[in-house]
Parts: sequence; C-alpha cells; structure tokens
Amino acid sequence: MLRRLSPAAILASVLSLAACGSSSDAPASGSGASKSLTVFAAASLTESFTELGKQFESTHSGTKVTFNFGSSATLAQQITQGAPADVFAAASPATMKTVTDAGLASSPTVFVKNTLQIAVPEDNPAKIESLKDLIDPKVKVALCAEQVPCGAAAIKALDAAGLKVTPVTLEQDVKATLTKVELGEVDAALVYRTDVIAAKGKVKGIDFPEAAQAVNDYPIAALGKAPEPGLAKQFVDLVLSQQGRDVLTKAGFRAP
Amino acid sequence: MSLHAHLVVERPAFRLDVEFHAAAGEVVAVLGPNGAGKTTALRALAGLVPLSGGHIELDGAQVHHLPPERRGIGVVFQDYLLFPHLSALDNVAFGPRCRGLGKAEARRVAAELLDRVGLADHAHVRPGRLSGGQAQRVALARALAVRPRLLLLDEPLAALDAHTRLEIRAELRRHLAGFDGAAVLVTHDPLDAMVLAHRLVVVENGSVVQTGTPGEVARHPRTDYVARLVGLNLYRGEADGNRVTVGDVVFSSAERLTGPAFVAFPPSAVALYRSRPDGSPRNLWRAVIDGIERHGDNVRVHLRGPITLAADVTPSAAADLDLTPGREVWAAVKATETHAYPA
Amino acid sequence: MTGPARGRGPRARLPWPLLVPAVAGLAFLVLPPAGLLVRAPWRTLPQRLAEPRVLEALRLSLVTATIATAVCLLLGVPLAWLLARTTLPGRRLLRALITVPLVLPPVVGGVALLLVLGRRGLVGQWLYDAFGVSLPFTTAGVVCAEAFVAMPFLVIAVEGALRAADQRYEEAAATLGASRWTVFRRVTLPMVAPGVLAGAVLCWARALGEFGATITFAGNFPGRTQTMPLAVYLALETDPDAAIVLSLALLAVSVIVLAALRDRWVGTA
Repeated sequence: MLRRLSPAAILASVLSLAACGSSSDAPASGSGASKSLTVFAAASLTESFTELGKQFESTHSGTKVTFNFGSSATLAQQITQGAPADVFAAASPATMKTVTDAGLASSPTVFVKNTLQIAVPEDNPAKIESLKDLIDPKVKVALCAEQVPCGAAAIKALDAAGLKVTPVTLEQDVKATLTKVELGEVDAALVYRTDVIAAKGKVKGIDFPEAAQAVNDYPIAALGKAPEPGLAKQFVDLVLSQQGRDVLTKAGFRAP
Repeated sequence: MSLHAHLVVERPAFRLDVEFHAAAGEVVAVLGPNGAGKTTALRALAGLVPLSGGHIELDGAQVHHLPPERRGIGVVFQDYLLFPHLSALDNVAFGPRCRGLGKAEARRVAAELLDRVGLADHAHVRPGRLSGGQAQRVALARALAVRPRLLLLDEPLAALDAHTRLEIRAELRRHLAGFDGAAVLVTHDPLDAMVLAHRLVVVENGSVVQTGTPGEVARHPRTDYVARLVGLNLYRGEADGNRVTVGDVVFSSAERLTGPAFVAFPPSAVALYRSRPDGSPRNLWRAVIDGIERHGDNVRVHLRGPITLAADVTPSAAADLDLTPGREVWAAVKATETHAYPA
Repeated sequence: MTGPARGRGPRARLPWPLLVPAVAGLAFLVLPPAGLLVRAPWRTLPQRLAEPRVLEALRLSLVTATIATAVCLLLGVPLAWLLARTTLPGRRLLRALITVPLVLPPVVGGVALLLVLGRRGLVGQWLYDAFGVSLPFTTAGVVCAEAFVAMPFLVIAVEGALRAADQRYEEAAATLGASRWTVFRRVTLPMVAPGVLAGAVLCWARALGEFGATITFAGNFPGRTQTMPLAVYLALETDPDAAIVLSLALLAVSVIVLAALRDRWVGTA
C-alpha cells in the first residue's frame, strides 16, 4: 500500500487541502445535469474560463462544467496522479509538458499568450513610469518567485532590459503578488496584463517594451483519459473559436 | 498586640456575624461544627474574604480595609500550603524576603526559625519530602517569620495522624506560649481547643453561641453541640429553687435558681436499673434503649423516653442488665453530679 | 502457565472498540511522514541539505519561531493570567476572540495583519509615518505572523494550567506579605511552569510550521523572510524531491528539539 503512494501524490493531496485560494467549483447537485465536464485550468484563467463555461453550458443543455483553478504545476501533478480531468489549460508549455510526457495528452494547442505589465497602486505613490524606475532601492518591488511562471517571465524581461531589481518579496503566485500592490504594501510588481485587468480599479497597469521578451504561451489539450472525450474536444474548440478568443481578449490575453 | 474583631460576611444562604477579641499573648480558639463559619471567620481576619460589615482592629488600628499582604497577620493553613517548588528554608524565608530583607539575611532569619522548630537539618528539603508533622512545623515557622501581630491557625492539627498529633499538639502549645502576639486558632476538635487555647469562642451557624475559658465551657455548655463535645447531657428547662423541670422530668440540683436554666450531667452520672429501684425517687424515669456502643473502657447506652440521654455503664454492669435495643429500663441521675445554671 | 503471565492476564485484554480506532489513528498520523521518509532522495540528501539556501531557510525558521515563542510568552502569559485570575467583564467574549486565530485560515490571518500592520494599515500607517517602520517583507514581520497564529496555543495552555493551579498557595503568599506581582513571579509562575512549557512547545511547533500568514504578511525572500515551509511550498512548484528534502530537514530538527525539551523538562509526563 505504502509503496504505491508516490511522493507527488502525497504532496498533491496536501496541496489540494492547503490551496484554499484556488477553489474547485462544487459538483453538480444532480438536478437536470446528466453530464459533467471537468476542466483543470491555470489560476489566471479563472474569470475568462468561468465565462466560457457558462456559454458552454448554455449550448450544451444538461452538461455541467466544473473547474479546478490553481497553479499550473500543481494541476499537472494532480493530473499525472490520476485526477479525473477532461481538459487541461496550462499557463506554460513546461507544465503542459509534464502531462504530455506522461502520455496523458497529445498535441496541445497554444490558445493565448500573456504578457507582463508593471502593476502599481492606483495612486502610484512611487511615480513609476517605466521598468528602470524599479531599480531605485527606495522603490518596493514584488516579483513572483522564479519557480512559478510569472516569476520566470519577470526574470526574462528584466534580463532583456539589462536591469537588476532587488525585490522585497518573491511571491508564491501572481494573485499574491497583486494583492501586495492592491494593499499598497509595495510600490510596483511585475504581473500579467490579465491580472491587472481583473483587478481593475485597484491597480494600474503600465506597459513596457521588454515585456515582448517574456511572453507566456498558454497551451490547452483534451486529456487522453478524459471521462467525457467528446465534450472535452468541444470545449477545446470553443476556447479556440472566435467566440472564445473574444472572451479571452477582453480579459487581457493576446492572440497567439 | 490585641485583636478586636467584629466580622460580618454575607453569603447567599449564609451569614457570619461574630464578635470576639484576643489580648496579646492570648490564644483564642474558635470552635464549632463543620459549616459553622469558622474558616470564613479566619479568612476574613486574614483579608482573604472581604467583610460585609464590622471591623478588625489590631492594636487599636483598623486593618480590615488593608489587603492581606499589608495586615501583618501570619497564617498557618489547614494543609499548610507550603510552596512545593521551594525548599523548607526558602518557604520560611519567603515572608522576610517580601518584607524587603536581602536573600542572605532572609535565609538567616529562616534558618533560625527552622532551628527553633527543630528542623535545622531539613532546611533544604522540598515540602513534598517532609512528613506531616514536619510540614506543620515549617508552616508555623513560615507564619512566624513575618513577625506577625496576629497569628491565625486553621485546623493546625487536622491533617496529622493520631500519634503525631499528640506530639505536635504539645509542641505547638509550647510555641504558642512563646509567641507574644495574639493568636486565633480555628478547630472543630475540642481537645485541641482545650489544650491550646486560653479562651474558647464557640460558633454555630455563623453566630457566637458561647465564650469562656475551656473550664467554664466544659462545665457549663450552652448548646447541644458544646455538650456533646465535652461529653455532657444537656437540657434546657425551668428552674424553681433546687428543682429544674425539663418536660415531664424534674431534676434536683445542688444550685438554687429561678427561671430558664440549663441542666448538665455526665453520662457516667446516670445509673440504669431493670426494675424500679428503691430509695430516693428523685431524678428517676423510665426509658427505652435506642442503641449501644463502646465508649472508651465503658459502654455508652443511648436512651429515649421523656428526654433523650446518654449513659455510661461498665461492661460488667451492661452484661448483668442484659441491655439490648428496645428494652425498657429505669434511669436515675445523682443530684450531686447534676449542674444547673441560668440559660 | 507462568506466574507473571497469569497475573497480567486480565489487564492485558484491551477492549477492541478502543484498540482498533487507536491503531487507525496512529497509522493516520504516522504514515504520511513515513511516506516522506520512504520517498526521500536519500542518495542526494547530504549535498541537497548542505545548500546555502536550505541552511538559510532552516536558520531563519528556527530563529523566528524561537523569537515568536518568546514574544508569545511575554504577551500571552499575562493575558492568560488576566483571563484566569480576574473577573474582567466580557471575559468569555475575550476568550472566544483569542481563539479566532486558531480557526482563521492562516492566509486570511496574513491579510488581516496586512490590513492592520501593513504600510497602509490602520496601525502600520502610523508606525510608518512616525518611525519609518514597516513590518511586511521583514524578518520582524515573519515573527509577527508566527506569533499571531501561535499565541492562542500558548494562552489556552497557560490559562488551563492557571485554572488548575491551587489558588490557595497564592493566598498563602499574600498573607506572607507578597504583592500581587511577587505572588505571580515567585508562586504562580513556578507552579504553572509545566503548563507554560507545554504551551510554549506547542506554540513553537506551530510557529515553526507556519506558512499561510507568513507568506501573506511577510512575503518570501531568501534569508530574510523565506522560512522552511515557504521554501518547501515553492520547491514543490518545480522540484518535488527538493520539497521532500526540505520537509525532512524541518521535521528532523523539530522532532529533535521537542524530544530534547521533553526529556529535559517535561520528564515522563
């Protein structure tokens, strides 16, 4: 029994307990919904995929779409440990690769890309205008940890600009990074455009040219062992369609 | 160093209202049954229970508004309450330290006191390893170490076994004799009270029912409780000359009185007969045996009839009389051993 | 049929309605850590452990948990005393409030700390303006977050010990002339010392494992605010083996410290 428990399985279950920020929607209560589609998607897709899920349900009566939003790496681990998912949408090709390497999905498609922006509090207390303003030691900067995609992207962008920034914190995910900006605890952070748009009214986004050097591709794939392969394919199609693109663009994503 | 106390403590369903005094060098025993309010009175003196009324005066100064730590009153608690984490020496030195003495000086005072109670060689022992008698002596030394104006002792011997008790009682008497302040002792044991105290204050149901020297109280009990404590039969009746009428029974006594009076006599003054004895018919009535028990070397017979009483007979007399519960006997009391005094 | 065996016979029969769940409970608690041991990359363990960032995180964890425990003792013991020994109005409400950090998701606790002690927080704003002090993203912030989450354990343990302690000893001390402060210092505290120690150990263990409030309030920066649990969490993103190594290191150190404390002070209790 013990031998069959891989560490990743243990950790994945611990994580799913610990990850109180990323919630999976409650399963269908059974009234009318005869079919269920389970989508594992990167946390940054929360708003746009929830919207697309509603659209999908309206055109597929009797189908309930359930989402599990979370860190792409965590989701990938859950899938490789046998979590019953139909679709996986990751925030980076690397995390998708874990799933394809395990033979659980083939031919993922990049459906959007996300770029970085400088997020500053609405009143922009440190008067940030460009990336090089972040090197001032008096400016408190939050970055994502290098282990998570937004952190890796931030490093890439800063390297491309040839700037050395000393952050006060390396946050565990992009939402946590953004929270620090929203609360005014830092003067600036590098986060995704989509996150800035989702936090509209609380933070301001500033574009910078080096962001082009650190584009994040979002791949999506229907999973090989999907309990509902037909629905899975249809959902992927919806995401790739013009209709899907409209929703995603509105959320700040860019077409691939 | 004298104490004048009028203690009023109101509790739901209980009211303590007692007044007494103790002169310098005097030992007063507050005697009473369980629940009479003795311990409450002692705690009130120490400042551990607030007064609802009355006053406490030490050497003419009111102290009842002071917190316990500023009253200058030493207390020996019932189960001693020696601090378990401190050695005997540091227990005794605790008080002097609190009164501002340096550590070394406090320990010197404590060592002296421990020596006085014969425990110099136990100075570094923790209370957990002391015998009951030793703990009692440490507790006494600890209370005396603060040079109290008033010393309170709460059932100081109750936690000891019979043998140790005898020894410690005698020793305590000696220490109390050497104490120049006033001492108040709370106990439910008449023997402790009689041996240790100069004066008794008997408390029942929160009130003082009798005060006096041990001799006075023993001879002239005024309540059933005291009578039982001192081993007397006690009745309240109406006196007219040498006769005291208690219900249907008429006692003749040596004293001449008029009006309400007590009659008291020891159980040994009662003689029992199977049939009506000849001769003087006074102090004689029929009674039914209620119960029989051993009492020292004698047999104590509990009787009911016009009055309930206890009679002591020798075991041989008991055998001759064939005493069994329910049997009817004649009881007679010698007039010379019957005491009458005003109620 | 040996004597001792016969003598022990009647007591050796344990009732199965107790035994079965007890064993299940034990397995439930022991197996997950055992799983970590089984799956640990033992071969690369030494060099992984010797990495500076691991040692740094471990050192920071131990230092902050210890300081947080000291802070909890300093503030929590008097608080427990207040709850146990005074007739403060609204004491029950107070006690309920104190347990809030126990039930609050630590991440929420971290956000709450930011709202109060952050640079723009209710109190933090004033601290920042008056003294230029800002707690988030500092080691002091880590201590703050850990103390916030761990203090209820200490307060509850000490309050329980104070309630169980015989107050008559305090009265005895008062009659000997001790002020309330002296009574507390020389009688109450030594008598509840085992309870205080037990509370401090729980508090320290909780602080050592603290994650949510710390990462939310103090952020994550190696050497300054990245404690072991944070390092474990981030390692999980890319390198589960590293996460196991870090977890084992934390586990080993805490077990060693707790076992040492137990032998030293708690005795066999």
